[in-house]
Amino acid sequence: MSFMHLAVAAPFAYAAIVPLLHRSFPRVHTGWFVLPLPVALFAYWLSRFAVVRSGVGEEARLSWIPSLGIDLSFHLDGLSLLFVLLITGIGGLVTLYSIFYLSKTKERIGRFYVYLLLFMGAMLGVVLSDNLIALYAFWELTSLSSFLLIAFWHQRERSRYGALKSMMITVLGGFAMLAGFVLLYIMTGTYSVREMIPQVGALASQPLFFWAMALVLVGAFAKSAQFPFHIWLPDAMEAPTPVSAYLHSATMVKAGLYLVARLTPLFGGTSEWFWLVSAFGLATLFWGSFQAVKQTDLKAILAFSTISQLGLIMCLLGLGSAALAFEGNVSDVYVLAMTAAVFHLVNHATFKGALFMVAGIVDHETGTRDIRKLGGLAAIMPITFTFAVVGAGSMAGLPPFNGFLSKEMFFTGVLNASRMNFFSMEAWGALFPIVAWTASVFTFVYSAVFVFKTFLGKAKPEQLPTKPHEAPLGLLLPPAALVSLVVAFGLFPDIASYYLIEPALASIYPSLLAPGDDFHVHISFWHGWTAELFMTIGVVAVGSLLFWQLRRWLGVYGRLPRQWSLNALYDGALEGLERGSARLTNAYMTGSVRHYLLYIFTFLIAVVGYALYRTGAFGAIDPGYPGYAPICIYEAMLVTATLLATLSVPFARSRMTMIILVGAVGYMVVLFFVLFRAPDLALTQMIIETVSVALFLLCFYHLPKLRKETTSRRFKLTNAVVSVGVGAIVAIAALAASGTNGFESIADYYLEESYHLGGGKNVVNVILVDFRGFDTLLEIMVLGIASLGIYAMIKLRAPRQVDRKGDSSNES
Amino acid sequence: MEFIMSILIGALFSVGTYLILSRSLLRIVLGTAILSHGVHLLLMTMAGLKRGAAPLLGEEAGAYTDPLPQALILTSIVISFGVTAFFFVLAYRAYQELRTDDMELLRGDDDE
Repeated sequence: MSFMHLAVAAPFAYAAIVPLLHRSFPRVHTGWFVLPLPVALFAYWLSRFAVVRSGVGEEARLSWIPSLGIDLSFHLDGLSLLFVLLITGIGGLVTLYSIFYLSKTKERIGRFYVYLLLFMGAMLGVVLSDNLIALYAFWELTSLSSFLLIAFWHQRERSRYGALKSMMITVLGGFAMLAGFVLLYIMTGTYSVREMIPQVGALASQPLFFWAMALVLVGAFAKSAQFPFHIWLPDAMEAPTPVSAYLHSATMVKAGLYLVARLTPLFGGTSEWFWLVSAFGLATLFWGSFQAVKQTDLKAILAFSTISQLGLIMCLLGLGSAALAFEGNVSDVYVLAMTAAVFHLVNHATFKGALFMVAGIVDHETGTRDIRKLGGLAAIMPITFTFAVVGAGSMAGLPPFNGFLSKEMFFTGVLNASRMNFFSMEAWGALFPIVAWTASVFTFVYSAVFVFKTFLGKAKPEQLPTKPHEAPLGLLLPPAALVSLVVAFGLFPDIASYYLIEPALASIYPSLLAPGDDFHVHISFWHGWTAELFMTIGVVAVGSLLFWQLRRWLGVYGRLPRQWSLNALYDGALEGLERGSARLTNAYMTGSVRHYLLYIFTFLIAVVGYALYRTGAFGAIDPGYPGYAPICIYEAMLVTATLLATLSVPFARSRMTMIILVGAVGYMVVLFFVLFRAPDLALTQMIIETVSVALFLLCFYHLPKLRKETTSRRFKLTNAVVSVGVGAIVAIAALAASGTNGFESIADYYLEESYHLGGGKNVVNVILVDFRGFDTLLEIMVLGIASLGIYAMIKLRAPRQVDRKGDSSNES
Repeated sequence: MEFIMSILIGALFSVGTYLILSRSLLRIVLGTAILSHGVHLLLMTMAGLKRGAAPLLGEEAGAYTDPLPQALILTSIVISFGVTAFFFVLAYRAYQELRTDDMELLRGDDDE
């Protein structure tokens, strides 16, 4: 148990006492009690900079299930540090924001902070775990707490829909990821990522390698809202805005990116990984930015924008993984792409968090998030407007904000990619800059929509539910902090590169770094008249034109997305699954006992028949087997008579005949027992047959109103076929078994010892009460229970309180 | 002897199964009775038939039949009798309460 473990356990422990605090101090907003925790954790992680910067990192191990190789081993390196700072830093800001956002009287804030702290702890666990199973456990905990947070206003139907959808998709991805982890374990024999990395050389040639990679990527893509799993994120916008800002922009949706970056040393350098990650990232980038333009809800714009930017980072992670395929100076080109990925990851968390908070402020102060109703808020809310301009400027990639720098580096990355001549890039590489540039144009357009439609234009106060005014200081403070980071990283990018990016790169590329060496990342604001700059100028020019002419071409969306909608596919698939399973169940669960018996008997015939066939039992049947006892005429007559009596039972016209025929069969069984030298059996069988027949007749006498079975029965062909099949299978099994002699019987022991040990000459009786008396005891119990049951059935009558009307409708 | 006994047992199983698959409760009860006859004869046959005298040591015979399956069958007879009796009274009570013995109509409620 190290301090690192305590730091991860703290949010969970705190979540347990928050409800107590909430109840004990109802007059204080519970958020104030929560706030110190992320702040303290942030300060703690900041203090670990020096350790991480030195390249050593920090590790701590806590035993969990040692016999299965599962432990809570945490490892803090550059990549983890970047994420824990994001999680605790933005966590603190979101907590502060939520104190002013959520009313302490109208909302169940006690619950809110429990879920939020659970999420924070789980997320810290995800980014610190070195053991893949522990990572998976924390991963699912983030899915679960995210589910709870999305459905925080659970009385709303849309919230429940969104929560369920995100749960379904992320948990589906999580299962795929678990399967991928297990495959990795099969290949390497360890769950620890750090112990897997030295085995990379042997890993890539394993047959399971590709499947492990694909399954892990399904998990990462589902969590990080990559195409085509992105559909849950826009519906998760039903969550309270602090949740959207925290989970669905800065932290949880980056868990997939974290996983891809974390496993890059394992999978990177192969063409499959390169193509899957970068192509899906590029597709997501384009699709998200394209869809964002048509949204009319502020948070929906931001949701699709998040999808698009996550795609951008994913694409860069894919491009950057190519560095592991090369050595020396060639790889530097791709290291640049990875640098851009990490840098943009940080940038996106800052500006997207700020923009979500801006959207929340607008919602809070005007009562709506619909851009068709909003407009002209710049004069009323100047501070919020400033934040929006900075955030959206950074999102669109304009100077002097940090988004500009990472977008330039992104363009450099895709331009380099288009010049690659491996991984069959020569054929497809040209697509990268084209798609990336187009997506950037759309990004510019929706960023402009976000700012201009909300804050500029004509004010429409009559359409707003409440009279708009500037937000209180508490709501403005957290976005102010993020926005100042946006500007700071924009103007002084080397701060970010020194403290955050270089250590993160060192943990993504452990093999590229000589011991004691560092990556030296220098992000320059101005790098001359390069192709990237012209691309940015083109983005601004074309984007402005498109925004200016937005009305004219917005109609395109009306035609396109309906058919292409993945939501329709998801809803249809769920509905289809439900309908299909209902139809399947209704098809065989008919409620008729006869049908179930038919299934059971058919299955019996098929399975026993197949087993007999496989073991060659059919060949073992031999009518002239010398071990069989001889037949005399008397026995042959008895067999024939029994056969006739049995076979005529189904054809009996009245029930009376049928009962008497069954009785006849029973008495002939008595004769068989006599014949086969079993006097006790014969006695018992005779008595019991008599009693049974009497019972049958007695009940028959007492049921005079029974519909008489004098009508000829419907001959059911299936019944006949199945019952003949059962009979045939039993006969064949009997013949095959008796034709082959197995072991000697143990009967000799009983015959010899019956008198010595049991003191009786009737061996059957000695077995029943002496050798195997326990059976007899329980058999007596069976009879006792049966008689008590019969007594209870006849005597005990529940009062008739059942709704007879309902019953009779069912009977008819 | 075992060969024709096996055929007979097969016929007993066929008829028992056929009755169990029918609609009337009484036929189903009779079907189980026939099935248990088939099972008892099967137990008997499988142990080998007519291999000596009845297992009574007073007989002073050279060989006796196997006493163990006889003990098993005796147990089974008593148990199947108990179950049959219970089942029969159940059918009788079901008819009294529900006024039908047709299995196709005895399907329970939807909310069960």
